Amino acid sequence: MDLQKIDDNTWEIPAEGEMKVPARIYASARLLEDIRRDQTLVQARNVACLPGIERRSFVMPDAHQGYGFPIGGVAAFDLDEGIISPGGVGYDINCGVRLLRTDYTEDDVAPKSKELLAEIFREVPAGVGKGGVTKLSRAVLKDILVKGAEWAVENGYGRKEDLERTEERGRMKDASAEDVSERALERGIPQLGTLGAGNHFLEIQKVLEICDEAAARAFGLEAPGQVLVMVHCGSRGLGHQVATDFIETMEDAFGIAGLPDRELVHAPFKSAEGQRYYRAMCAAVNYAFANRQMIAHWIRDVFARVLGTSQGMDQIYDVCHNVAKVEEHDAGGRSKRLVVHRKGATRSFGPGRPDVPGVYRAVGQPVIIPGSMGTASFLLAGTKEAEALSFGSTAHGAGRVMSRHEALRRFRGEKIRDDLARRGIELKTTSLKGVAEEASEAYKDVDEVVRVSNEVGLGRVVAKLVPMGVMKG
Amino acid sequence: MGVEGAWPVMERYRILPHTADGKFQAFGRTLDEAFGNAALALASLMWDWTAVEPKARHFVHVTGNDREQLLVKFLGEIIYLFETRQFLLGKVDGLRIRPQFEGFSLEAVLGGDTLSPGHELYGDVKAVTYHELKIEACDGFTVQVVVDM
Repeated sequence: MDLQKIDDNTWEIPAEGEMKVPARIYASARLLEDIRRDQTLVQARNVACLPGIERRSFVMPDAHQGYGFPIGGVAAFDLDEGIISPGGVGYDINCGVRLLRTDYTEDDVAPKSKELLAEIFREVPAGVGKGGVTKLSRAVLKDILVKGAEWAVENGYGRKEDLERTEERGRMKDASAEDVSERALERGIPQLGTLGAGNHFLEIQKVLEICDEAAARAFGLEAPGQVLVMVHCGSRGLGHQVATDFIETMEDAFGIAGLPDRELVHAPFKSAEGQRYYRAMCAAVNYAFANRQMIAHWIRDVFARVLGTSQGMDQIYDVCHNVAKVEEHDAGGRSKRLVVHRKGATRSFGPGRPDVPGVYRAVGQPVIIPGSMGTASFLLAGTKEAEALSFGSTAHGAGRVMSRHEALRRFRGEKIRDDLARRGIELKTTSLKGVAEEASEAYKDVDEVVRVSNEVGLGRVVAKLVPMGVMKG
Repeated sequence: MGVEGAWPVMERYRILPHTADGKFQAFGRTLDEAFGNAALALASLMWDWTAVEPKARHFVHVTGNDREQLLVKFLGEIIYLFETRQFLLGKVDGLRIRPQFEGFSLEAVLGGDTLSPGHELYGDVKAVTYHELKIEACDGFTVQVVVDM
């Protein structure tokens, strides 16, 4: 494939053949080596062929092959001429990350970290097939799909201030429960308030290093050693079913002729099918916001019980990394509303943008980038440059480089647990086999991903965080 | 699904490496058999289906515009029954694929058990995808499926 080097971290596939725009990749030579190993670039090129795409098909530094669109893919489409695609969002709609700060230091928490983790493990249902603690009625579930995290706060899970510090204030207003299938509702009922399994996790972390004092202060970080809690999960079976349903709906309505990949199926954004998917997707986004809101509430409860208080446990932010949203962006020199797909990518809006909460408007939105199990995670600030470079988007994590199968062959869950313990990191899990699958060696180097993000200007590094305790489903 | 008579015992499926997710090929002398083995391959990513006693039964009926969609929807039933009925598949009986107006239909009886503390679960399949999905007729049938995990 003809890949042109623009600078050390920027590469481009020029528009050729069916491509309507070029594809642009933000990666160092080292990350590009991983990216080139699978179908990521072919998928980015396929996305560049979709109707109504604006500017470029973008690929973030942590990209790897996905279904239809690459994971780490960002693409924006014209509202009238463009499309919406379930493959551009992913199966786990609003898979995302929430970060809570605390007033505790590692010295306060270290002697109790085992107990804290054990209690959180008891309170937050996790693992394959594990149901939630609340038995929901259909009517309540539909209410949650419309109201998202707002429903959770109204029902005693967390604080009103949490909403201000959540992307979309925890509620996508275009959501409609009526567009969510019976089957998706059925899958959603038993799973609300559960972490799930796979790459989803919850970590007690400490600040290792602060790189940007002003932004750190705005985000509520004070000094190295400060304890934080990170939650990574999504919309569970409900979101997966919404994606599955609308792939079928769009196939039935528009056919698959001419698609280079069946997972690229799409509908004109303004078509009946496109709008129904958009509203159902928003409902799944809201489910995931409510899910993380409930989990955050239980974490605070546990901290209060074990350490005496949960005061100061403010939410830093909650970000989506699988979503499609209507946003205002520059498209060829003029401002325009576009439907921006971020699949395995985080919004990274800079200072001054109205969508950024007031408390952060001077420094840019917090961007939370989780590492793989047992490795560092990062807190970044959104930038003005990102709006010009990638429709205000950056990476979302480390990204896999090794199959689960291969990881299982190479690593043992017991050994990983013991190695973590030697480094002073507690691990609680429902499955040691799952731990082996998520071995950090199976992932890209998150430090390199964040370094590139920072260098290119997609997101500015604010702090590096390391785990003290890990809970995996 | 038993292989009877003079036929040698045939490999039902093979789990293949895939970077992010789960991938397998399932085999059968007929398309029906290959689809049935694909269901067991999918189950094998989440639990040990050979250890599941078929105490309960679910009848499934799905339709598809083509064989690929039929397979995706059939396998979707396994995930749906697991998540909403806690049903662990252990056996596929009487699977029949029929052509119907502009497509295909499939009927099967799924045998299995309800999840209990004695069962070990070790994988979470989120969805069945069309990625690298193949249905090939060559010395019997081979179907290849990638699932999102």
